[in-house]
Amino acid sequence: MNARLEILAGILGAAVLVLLAYAAPWLRFVLTIALAKGIMVLGILLLLRAGQVSFGHAMYVAIAAYSVAFIAPHMREALLLLPLAAVISAAAGLLIGLFVMRYREIFFGMLNLALSMVFYSLLEKLYTVTHGTDGIRLPVPTFLGRELAGASYEWAVFALALVLAACFAVVVRIYLAAPLGQALAGIKTREARLEFMGVPGRFVLLAAYVLSALMAGCGGTIIALTSRHVTPALAYWTASGELVFIAILGGAGSVLGAFLGAVVYELTRVYAAANLADAWQLILGSVLLLVILFAPGGLFGIAQGLLRRRKAA
Amino acid sequence: MSVLLSAQDLRLAFGGVKAADGINLDVMEREFLAIIGPNGAGKTTFINMTTGHLTPQGGSIRYEGKELLGMKPRAIVRLGIARSFQLPQLFTEHTVLENAAMAVAAREGAFSPFRPLLRPAFREEAEDLLNRFGLLPAADRRADALNEGTRKLTDIAMAVAMKPKLLLMDEPTSGVAAADKMAVVETLARVLRDAGVTAVFVEHDMDVVGRIADRVAVWGQGRIAALGPPGQILNDPVVQREVIGIRAGEVPHAAA
Amino acid sequence: MMAWLSDNGLLLGLAVLDGLASAASIFMVAVGLNLVFGVLRILNVAHGSLYAIGAYTAASITLFLTSHGLPVWLSFPALVVAAALVGVILGPLIERVLLKRVEKQEPVLQLLVTFALFMILEDVQKLIWGVQPVSNDTPMRLLGTIDVPFGADVIPFTAYQLFVLPGIALFTLVGLAWFMRRTLTGRVIVAVTTDREAATSQGIDSAKITMLTFTFGAMLAALGGALASPMSSMVPGVGASTIVLSFAVVATAGLGQVEGAAIAAVMIGLGRSIAVYLEPELEVVVPYLIMVLVLLVRPQGLFGVTETRRI
Repeated sequence: MNARLEILAGILGAAVLVLLAYAAPWLRFVLTIALAKGIMVLGILLLLRAGQVSFGHAMYVAIAAYSVAFIAPHMREALLLLPLAAVISAAAGLLIGLFVMRYREIFFGMLNLALSMVFYSLLEKLYTVTHGTDGIRLPVPTFLGRELAGASYEWAVFALALVLAACFAVVVRIYLAAPLGQALAGIKTREARLEFMGVPGRFVLLAAYVLSALMAGCGGTIIALTSRHVTPALAYWTASGELVFIAILGGAGSVLGAFLGAVVYELTRVYAAANLADAWQLILGSVLLLVILFAPGGLFGIAQGLLRRRKAA
Repeated sequence: MSVLLSAQDLRLAFGGVKAADGINLDVMEREFLAIIGPNGAGKTTFINMTTGHLTPQGGSIRYEGKELLGMKPRAIVRLGIARSFQLPQLFTEHTVLENAAMAVAAREGAFSPFRPLLRPAFREEAEDLLNRFGLLPAADRRADALNEGTRKLTDIAMAVAMKPKLLLMDEPTSGVAAADKMAVVETLARVLRDAGVTAVFVEHDMDVVGRIADRVAVWGQGRIAALGPPGQILNDPVVQREVIGIRAGEVPHAAA
Repeated sequence: MMAWLSDNGLLLGLAVLDGLASAASIFMVAVGLNLVFGVLRILNVAHGSLYAIGAYTAASITLFLTSHGLPVWLSFPALVVAAALVGVILGPLIERVLLKRVEKQEPVLQLLVTFALFMILEDVQKLIWGVQPVSNDTPMRLLGTIDVPFGADVIPFTAYQLFVLPGIALFTLVGLAWFMRRTLTGRVIVAVTTDREAATSQGIDSAKITMLTFTFGAMLAALGGALASPMSSMVPGVGASTIVLSFAVVATAGLGQVEGAAIAAVMIGLGRSIAVYLEPELEVVVPYLIMVLVLLVRPQGLFGVTETRRI
């Protein structure tokens, strides 16, 4: 798909989301969450491009969300909370990244999972700090110093999520076309060559990892602002699995796929998860298997295929 | 001519196999030095030690007077030493053009996050490079869809894109179709001579060695058995029996 | 120091015994993970779920025995039967239906496939055994407790944890070493692990060996779960914590190291149980702290060897 068509599809998609949010107010909440997850999934895409998968990325979501929860009682401005929380998350990504960058594939995925499980357990056990599974409730943040309530607050968070999503989609798209992004696929296919070209593979991966932590942090902030209640569940492995699921479902090859996957996922979840709570992971796992085995391009790949067929006909 | 690379008393053993057993070799500036010898003599090991992939157990390798041992491959590359590989090391999800452009970008140190890889300057240089190697027709094909000879040439082109002062090539012509071989070699030699590159290459084809090498080093069991101009070495009866004779009965290397 | 010991000595002793028992069960899982990785070059993320399913199955069999008035001592063989059942039913199924299909795919896809399986099996447990804790303490009660002398004090400790668990783990360790070195099948497995292509070219049916090894590995995981089931009740999420814990053991020891895994399991088991008695909040952190510290110093693990890739 060429760049112009992609931009067009992006704008069209954004317009549809705004219309939906306008037409059905209860969808605003769902779509805001979907946009937040789409932003997080962009980070998973970067790592997948390098042939790596993190089974623990929800940790960065939770780090940002809890940062918001801890800072908000002292400072309620959403537009300051966002960069603060995102930077804290990115800094954590840098620190942990320096360690996990030594590893690839199995160890990369599992170390991320192990660290996220530790973080989850700490959130749960350190009751005096985190209130355990009860979690922490947030005061209503302000936007540019203004107190918003009800629908106008929801619109504000939705707009923030949409703007962030658009910005990160563009940034990631450009990043992937640049040498630093192209080198990610080089890590997957022939990292030794990168080294013999004078390019440190670890640095290439670390840059993407920190960017992914930053985006996970932004997504986590949106989640915290939307639900105004943070719990350890944000960091649980199922939350990380969800991100990987959406990335594969949407189509690991494209930026728009991340958001397509996230919206489809969230809409389905709203209807299905309540009735199928006990079997939700089972369904996700089965769909994941089916996509990997039979539709490796994901939803975006399927959409592209249909488009091409129509053109050919 | 001055000495560009100087190896002194290099030693490396894998278990009981001595891959380098006291290697002493001076590579002169701008010369083409061919390394010949039977399989397992330690030819590739020499390249691997020079480029930082393997660390010898003893000895030293100096490049322009600077000790290379203990340096990482990527630091050695930045000194102006590039290499190509016996088994082509390509980015298999990228096209030939993108592979070349990656090498150009790497040389420029331009691993910039926000300007495209195929920006006009990089694309032009990559295309020009591919053109010199006759690879332009394959520019848009993915590297995992190439035949062995094309993969090999792309691999060498990527090393040349680094604009090295010293280029080490591990069997540059293996896998290249016999009919194309000499044309490829002539092209390669011309490109390298034009750029003033010093080249060290491991080679099994004595015609290739005779055609482009200034000097020939014969490897045997981790030592240099003979060293001299091709006219002398290739006609030496001992070398003919030990090295060139063995070749006739040996299993082709690429299949190993 | 002495004063501290006399105050806490008893606790410490209890922690050591506890630690050894949990090390024994985690070793069984880790060694299975290693074995499967060796042959398939896949780290099975669902391996921890097999542990959980083994534990639940053992509990179900025991429940069946006791509710039908059968002799209670049968609850011991039930542990092994449960493991064998899980291994023989799920092992070949997973290997043939899923893993074989992605054999030639990128590593990241293989990892994703086992992760998907993990998601599925975690819910399958919930659907079969519910979300309420399930316990299986019959075997433990049957054997009673033994007074272990510890300094001037005496620690009453269950005979099951003192003898049965470490005994079986030790038996597995020694038996596995013997099996790998002395039997034809064992040597074939080693051959496939070292060089699959060479082994295949020697006429070894590597597909059969792969399935066999996977089944055996699954059985070890299920056995680890079945053996641990009398010690603590099973709740959803056991599979997840088991896979990361056994990964920590494998990573600390070095991928593919069997004897090393035993040592790492003891280190991590002890570290965890001592933490339980000293700082319960840190229980979950300690194993990973050990792992991270080891990996910072030796990226390939305590006993792992680094391979230089041929280029």
